[in-house]
Amino acid sequence: MNAAITIPLPDTAARLDQVWAALDLVTDPELDEPITDMGFVEQVAVDGEGGVNVAFRLPTYWCSPNFAFLMAQDIKSNIDALPWVTRSDVQLLDHMSAEEMNAVVNAGGFFSDVFNELTKGEDLKALREKFDVKAFQRRQEVVIKALQAQGLGVADIVALPLAVLKATNLGEAERAKVRYLELAHTKGILGDLALTTYQRAPLTVAGFSEYMSLLRSVRINMEFSGSLCRGLKNNRYLELDASGVLASVPPALTTSTQAEHCG
Amino acid sequence: MFTTPEGKEIFVLDGHTHFWDGSPENQANIHGKQFIDCFYAYHSNLSPKDQLWAKAKFEKYTEADLYNDLFVDGPDDMAILNSTYLKDFYKNGFNTIERNASVAKKYPSRFIVNGAFDPRDGEKALEYIHWMKETYDIKGVKMYTAEWNGSSKGWRLDDPDAYKCFELCDKLGIRNIHVHKGPTIIPLNKDAFDVHDVDHAATDFQNLNWIIEHCGLPRLDDFCWIATQETNVYGGLAVALPFIHARPRYFAEVIAELLFWIGPDKILFGSDYAIWTPKWLVEKLWAFQIPEDIASERGVQLSDEIKEKILGLNAARLYNIDVAARKAELAAQPILIAAE
Repeated sequence: MNAAITIPLPDTAARLDQVWAALDLVTDPELDEPITDMGFVEQVAVDGEGGVNVAFRLPTYWCSPNFAFLMAQDIKSNIDALPWVTRSDVQLLDHMSAEEMNAVVNAGGFFSDVFNELTKGEDLKALREKFDVKAFQRRQEVVIKALQAQGLGVADIVALPLAVLKATNLGEAERAKVRYLELAHTKGILGDLALTTYQRAPLTVAGFSEYMSLLRSVRINMEFSGSLCRGLKNNRYLELDASGVLASVPPALTTSTQAEHCG
Repeated sequence: MFTTPEGKEIFVLDGHTHFWDGSPENQANIHGKQFIDCFYAYHSNLSPKDQLWAKAKFEKYTEADLYNDLFVDGPDDMAILNSTYLKDFYKNGFNTIERNASVAKKYPSRFIVNGAFDPRDGEKALEYIHWMKETYDIKGVKMYTAEWNGSSKGWRLDDPDAYKCFELCDKLGIRNIHVHKGPTIIPLNKDAFDVHDVDHAATDFQNLNWIIEHCGLPRLDDFCWIATQETNVYGGLAVALPFIHARPRYFAEVIAELLFWIGPDKILFGSDYAIWTPKWLVEKLWAFQIPEDIASERGVQLSDEIKEKILGLNAARLYNIDVAARKAELAAQPILIAAE
């Protein structure tokens, strides 16, 4: 983190914009969807000394703590990467492990610091890798299906040069393409070919149908979670009373963010 | 009984129902409140709008509600009441075998009551299995591997203590082991709903039937793989089926995968009552067709014959129910309206 005195502090609106932009880059690892799209971020506050507070809430009290931890950690590291930030605080709300987890995340600790007994000291690296594979496969399926819709045959698809994919506009699938290429680039996966397995093996005409079957099963699982999480998030505090009135009754925000003032 | 638009009578055995008490009076702590709140969010998320219940009714419904929603207003002929204890969250337990049996004994031809046990209780679990068999003559149990028990936050079907319990189940003729494997909620990175332990247990206990509730979603591929290898592994449709209303195309993809991999004889209907009521689920399932592109991709169809198997015949086989005889028995009884 940089010392605040050497970095001019942008104005409040600019700081809030930058924080939200940083949050847009955090994904729910199980769903491969930005947490901002999912509506998880409840409150963002900045103060006059370069401090940032973020509060977020998940679809249920029971959402897997390891996924929650990955999101909290990513929120914190993305915020801390902003040059003017001198202090950041991330609060997960209404979750069974919120208290322990918030303390460890804000102190820069590891998942195993919270759940040592249950994790036997393992950290979440392997889990991150697993989710990277799934995100890659899901984004890739959207790209392949879009290419097929544009009339490309299997032989063309398996041999498609990366440069051609980059230059091709996929219409509705363009966003997925950009995210696919970003992830592939970050992981150093692609060479000359646009489409390979995560392990960098080229696709083949003979193995294409089986590979698509794999991508389909990845999508079905992720869609289940994504659709369920979105729905549960939207319904979490919704209650129908005996007289037939439907109302949302979320508990009040009780974190330190409430006391913070913008700017 | 469900009657098709053509007038055919379809036997419905609802494979997964509850008679719970999640009321504030029974909640032992915040976890109890959050547990029933989470169920309620499932209910309001996936039910058609005109099927929504008031929160208070959802927390604790009556025997009359249960009977009416399943058998009078609903199309069920029979229902399996599964037991889920959650004694760490609820003072008197969430849905104990005593609570289930109290209603089942009034309508013995309608209900099958399944027990539950926690292998982490060691010797006590074995004694409890004996007690359930002697007291209620159970034919099945419901396993909830993510249940908290003191400092433990879950267990696996292939744990040595669990094996001792399953050996006893086998010996006593408790043959149907329903296992909750559903959306990732409680587990940590030791995922209590990971389905791979099913593979080991099903291989080692060939005499037992393993009914995986929620088909392991969101691990459908792992589940399908295991259920294809193991002849004694079945899939329960609870949670997957309600998508038929909100996202029918998605449901089509799931059922197509199941039909392709595990086939029509190993899929069981379950409403997960009171999260959802069976009436709209059965009506929508009967009216449902897999869209042509998905059906041709997988080469499967959801024919009336297959629907009939899913709705009741498959579960009847597992529980040795003589469908014709039971239908005649139920037809001879007036529909009882439970007195409150």
